[in-house]
Amino acid sequence: MTDDTVLDIRNLSKAYHVRRGGKNHEVRAVDDISLAVRAGETLGIVGESGCGKSSLARAVMGLTRADGGKVIHDGVDLLTLDRRSLARARLRIRMVFQDPYASLDPRRSVGDSVAEAGDIHGIFESSAERKRLVGEALDRVGLGAGFADRFPHELSGGQRQRVGIARAILPEPELVIADEPVSALDVSIQAQVLNLLAELKNRLGLTLLFISHDLSVVAKISDRVAVLYMGRVVEIAPARPLFSDPRHPYTELLIQAIPRPDPSTRITGAIDPDEPPSRFARLAGCPFRDRCPRRTEICATDAPELREIEPGRFVSCHHA
Amino acid sequence: MTGAHTTDPILSVNDLVVAVAGRIKIVRGVSFDIAPGEILGLVGESGCGKSMTSLAAMGLLPPAIGVTKGRILLGGTDITRLAPHERVERGCGRIAMIFQEPMTSLNPVLRIGDQIEEAIRVHDPDVVPAVRARELLDMVRIPDAAHQLSAFPHELSGGMRQRVMIAIALACRPSVLIADEPTTALDVTVQRQVLGLIRELCDTLDMGVLFITHDLGVVAQLADRVAVMYAGGLVETGDVVPLFAAPLHPYTAGLMGCLPDPDSDDPLLATIPGSAPRPDEVGDGCPFAPRCPRVADICRRGAVPVRHTDTGQAVRCHFPLNGEAST
Repeated sequence: MTDDTVLDIRNLSKAYHVRRGGKNHEVRAVDDISLAVRAGETLGIVGESGCGKSSLARAVMGLTRADGGKVIHDGVDLLTLDRRSLARARLRIRMVFQDPYASLDPRRSVGDSVAEAGDIHGIFESSAERKRLVGEALDRVGLGAGFADRFPHELSGGQRQRVGIARAILPEPELVIADEPVSALDVSIQAQVLNLLAELKNRLGLTLLFISHDLSVVAKISDRVAVLYMGRVVEIAPARPLFSDPRHPYTELLIQAIPRPDPSTRITGAIDPDEPPSRFARLAGCPFRDRCPRRTEICATDAPELREIEPGRFVSCHHA
Repeated sequence: MTGAHTTDPILSVNDLVVAVAGRIKIVRGVSFDIAPGEILGLVGESGCGKSMTSLAAMGLLPPAIGVTKGRILLGGTDITRLAPHERVERGCGRIAMIFQEPMTSLNPVLRIGDQIEEAIRVHDPDVVPAVRARELLDMVRIPDAAHQLSAFPHELSGGMRQRVMIAIALACRPSVLIADEPTTALDVTVQRQVLGLIRELCDTLDMGVLFITHDLGVVAQLADRVAVMYAGGLVETGDVVPLFAAPLHPYTAGLMGCLPDPDSDDPLLATIPGSAPRPDEVGDGCPFAPRCPRVADICRRGAVPVRHTDTGQAVRCHFPLNGEAST
């Protein structure tokens, strides 16, 4: 941990207990994850469904109770805070959700939704100030103060996500956690919202934790990227080198699978199914080994540690 | 907007118009052909009418939405106003369809094998259902077929469920497969496997495939020909290689520009300003005019003619990006 760390996630774990086929299974959604988010950076978290990326965000925000580990912000472990102090901390760490349809209350005006956190914590000194700050937040996301009186059903998907961003930035947070913020949007709208996030980050000096399944989006917006597989971090690297020169075989597989708008890399025929193993089965060794072209005996017995292979690049693979 | 074909098309859609309550047009004069063994990628953003085009071809339009103009020919027979069972009775071939979310199409309380066999009994009364079901699971490359037949849908992964849906679709021995965003809900690594399967089945069974997607990357890698749809109409069609090398319509080019290119140094993405019009907002002129960087007065007046190029592309634009396009 360096001095510029805004959020220090240490050995965070979260397991869910699922009953399937008459047996209890433990699914380790977040399995001993450590990450340091630095001031002013965009840290991308990428992985496929079930890799633990949303569980990680929810555990950090205290929306679900972590089983172990620490989440340190401003010298305080957020996981030890009582409800009231945690709510206060959440003014400094705000979240943007995937589905702007589900995360806005249909009966509240846009202005009331944007002001909600401020109302709860009494940060507005007068109704004039409330109006001013709401208008300012709506201006910043490119909607304009006039949207305060509208209702969610009057807005397009892109406009709703801008409202979601406005409500996140209103209390002037230090860190914004965006969980799949553009995944429900059409590509032309997705580009607008990604540009908005990049611009706000610069203008407001935000730190951004950007979570997505889409590696090309993550690589575009992030300074550094952490790749998750089955609840563990398998690789962390600056975005460009990660994309051009992946070191973990799973990162490589992920990059190769991205459909590129380039007909010279055509899909020519069927390949046999190759999917992640069941989350109910606990594996010893490396979680990726069954799909890995580099696997050897050690992969079946020893779980690889995340180690620094060159400055700033971390990989958990015995053969990286 | 039809290209030249060496073989007769298996599915031919001519000037199709679909309207809500007979008034509000949601598909506006769409034409395309699909040859056997060919994948046509129909690409567009949400609400552009691509799913309604496919439902019209299937004869599955919701109540109050109907075909008000145009023809749909399957194997040369006009099926525009035929119910699905009438199509079978007239022997004009079959269209099968798969959707984005297989879980909503599969019955959660029936075993996979029973659901496949049900489709076989309906369409193929002369075969032994259990034998044919095994064969179909092998065709979609589901490993350990005998064991999977007794599984329930929730016990399978999303990728396996979509393979099961494809097996059920193949039970009627279709000449055309319509795939509506079949891999959108899947992870990228699994998506690639399912796309490879669709390519293989298209080739080996000589099926025509209408592949509907919002994802230009998927189209580039899978489709033989591409049709780009905007606000109910086709704006550009062409073979996949020339179309991606040099898109002609400003909307096609704009969509390609919006895709994040990790190798680019520009921190910002190109965008298309504004958003697509609702069906009731589309007037007589070009529906893309309000968002178009090349717009001129003529674009807002009257229908826009289709221009053809020697690369086989067709574009509905007064000012296509390649100036050589001729009317």
